Amino acid sequence: MSKWQGQLVKIDNYHWKIPSNYKDGMRVPGLIYASEEMLKSICEEQSLTQIANVAFLPGIVNFSMAMPDIHWGYGFPIGGVAAMNVKDGVISPGGVGYDINCGVRLLRTNLTEAEVKPRIKQLVDELFVNIPSGLGSEGKIKINQKEMRELLIEGAHWTVKRGFGSAKDLDVTEENGCMKYADPDRISDKAMKRGMPQIGTLGSGNHFLEIQVVREIFEPKIASVMGINEVNQILILIHTGSRGFGHQVCTEHLRVMEKAVSKYGIQLPDRQLACAPIESKEGKDYLSAMACAANYAWCNRQCIAHWVRESFSKIFDKSPQKLGMEQVYDVAHNIAKIEKHKVNGQNLKVCVHRKGATRAFPSGHKEIPLKYKEIGQPVLIPGDMGSCSFIAVGTHKAMEESFGSTCHGAGRVLSRHAARRSLQGKNVAQGLERRGIVIKTGDISSLAEEASQAYKDVNEVIDICHQAGISRKVVRATPLGVIKG
Amino acid sequence: MAKKTFKIINHTADVGIIVYGITVKQLFSNAALALSSLITEPKSIKEKIKRPVEITSEDRDNLLVEWLNELIYLFDVEHILFKKFDIENLNSKHIKAICYGEKFDPLRHNIKREVKAATYHMLKIDRDSNGYGVQVIFDV
Repeated sequence: MSKWQGQLVKIDNYHWKIPSNYKDGMRVPGLIYASEEMLKSICEEQSLTQIANVAFLPGIVNFSMAMPDIHWGYGFPIGGVAAMNVKDGVISPGGVGYDINCGVRLLRTNLTEAEVKPRIKQLVDELFVNIPSGLGSEGKIKINQKEMRELLIEGAHWTVKRGFGSAKDLDVTEENGCMKYADPDRISDKAMKRGMPQIGTLGSGNHFLEIQVVREIFEPKIASVMGINEVNQILILIHTGSRGFGHQVCTEHLRVMEKAVSKYGIQLPDRQLACAPIESKEGKDYLSAMACAANYAWCNRQCIAHWVRESFSKIFDKSPQKLGMEQVYDVAHNIAKIEKHKVNGQNLKVCVHRKGATRAFPSGHKEIPLKYKEIGQPVLIPGDMGSCSFIAVGTHKAMEESFGSTCHGAGRVLSRHAARRSLQGKNVAQGLERRGIVIKTGDISSLAEEASQAYKDVNEVIDICHQAGISRKVVRATPLGVIKG
Repeated sequence: MAKKTFKIINHTADVGIIVYGITVKQLFSNAALALSSLITEPKSIKEKIKRPVEITSEDRDNLLVEWLNELIYLFDVEHILFKKFDIENLNSKHIKAICYGEKFDPLRHNIKREVKAATYHMLKIDRDSNGYGVQVIFDV
């Protein structure tokens, strides 16, 4: 792996620029959100070259951006944000990734650590049984092709109609859990076949479900609007996406885009950046298929949230309502969206690619729930397994600077392979248990890949976003129990 | 180039393989075996199922990615793990192979990771005097 040798211009302590003359073909400069310390680890790998490569894409506006949790991906880096002018810009499936609408959902409860800790093993076991996870896992919901088409159009609404959760959940889900331009006619039989059995499954890899305890509240007034009122309060975080369905959609559309690149004469430094004009047939087809996968993911998290409520209800012998198990929010962190932004004083329609980045809209924005109009959109940032997670809110500065985007997690520093070589899953599990964290997984060896040592310090990532002003930290929580696929 | 069959390489978020082959046929079959070894231990797979796989694509690089993605698909949808690949026919746009393996059995197969897809990232089939080589990055 080669180090970054290029030029970086310091703008201030948290903003760095890759000049557009770094590589011939860059249309805009690169902008990196990082501290001097974090920049050192970022420069150890090729993610900044990838930021420069993204700057080649036609129609890119202002900057090719990197959040502080940036790490080397394929094509786009993970932690990359790029907005393309709808009029003359492109859409790239690589700018979304294979796990379309991978995202996070947070539930709050009335429970405290003292009430949950004595039953944590029981709870984790119950959740593990109730929520299918791990490789090759199949869901409990059996549907036919017709129902699948409805699901792809309706997203989380489809799930709520079938009694999984309530309409209140939809109010606090990005896009209300349904992207409008979803068109199942753009979905292949293969994607249908891959997706149908996997609805309501957590999956594996870095996907997880955590029972967490609030440890710090930085902004009590903002937190209370989210229903988070005290330290030691219990939260539940669900991290999963569109499973094999999204992977298939991405794979197939990359193939289409490969051809589009030569058809439209687009020059690219990496084939994985394959793209097509947003307004072209290829571009529109991808957007419609991607919306189906996004809806699938919202449906997936809606099912899982329902089973989480069921499991808590069973263990505590109280209804989810009595336990106060309300949804705080649900965000996507792998997605492309058509949004309106102000660029150089003009209103511009852009396609914002967020690959490993979270939308962070400010207070007053018309696309955020009424409940959060005064505080800004909640941003959910899971840390690595065993460390801590954060809740933040979007800001006006994010709107001005980063197309309303902030970080999405801790960001890797150690490759999965290197983590496996230097760490043992069993030891990682024992280490967590020594700290009082109960973990249950179908595949203990893969724990090594997700160990804390494999990630950047999420505290630092959050602080950079906070200091740079693109999100404002509100709550810090640590895990008590973890389910990993 | 063609001494080893494949090796696993570091990539921060994902995982990659470098594959070698004296012939292109061997390169494709070794790449498939490397993929199997990312998912599980190929030694643990028995040859119970015989599955024909046929793919047509625009060029050889694309064909390799699509070949690997087809095997990922067959595992995700039909839960078949493969260990042996007899490539009957191969040119730069078309592959016809018979793949041997069995259905995933949680009692006998230790699954190492979920592989989502083979990517086009930094993909290029190279040739030198010893044969062929290629690097493939997978999304996991």
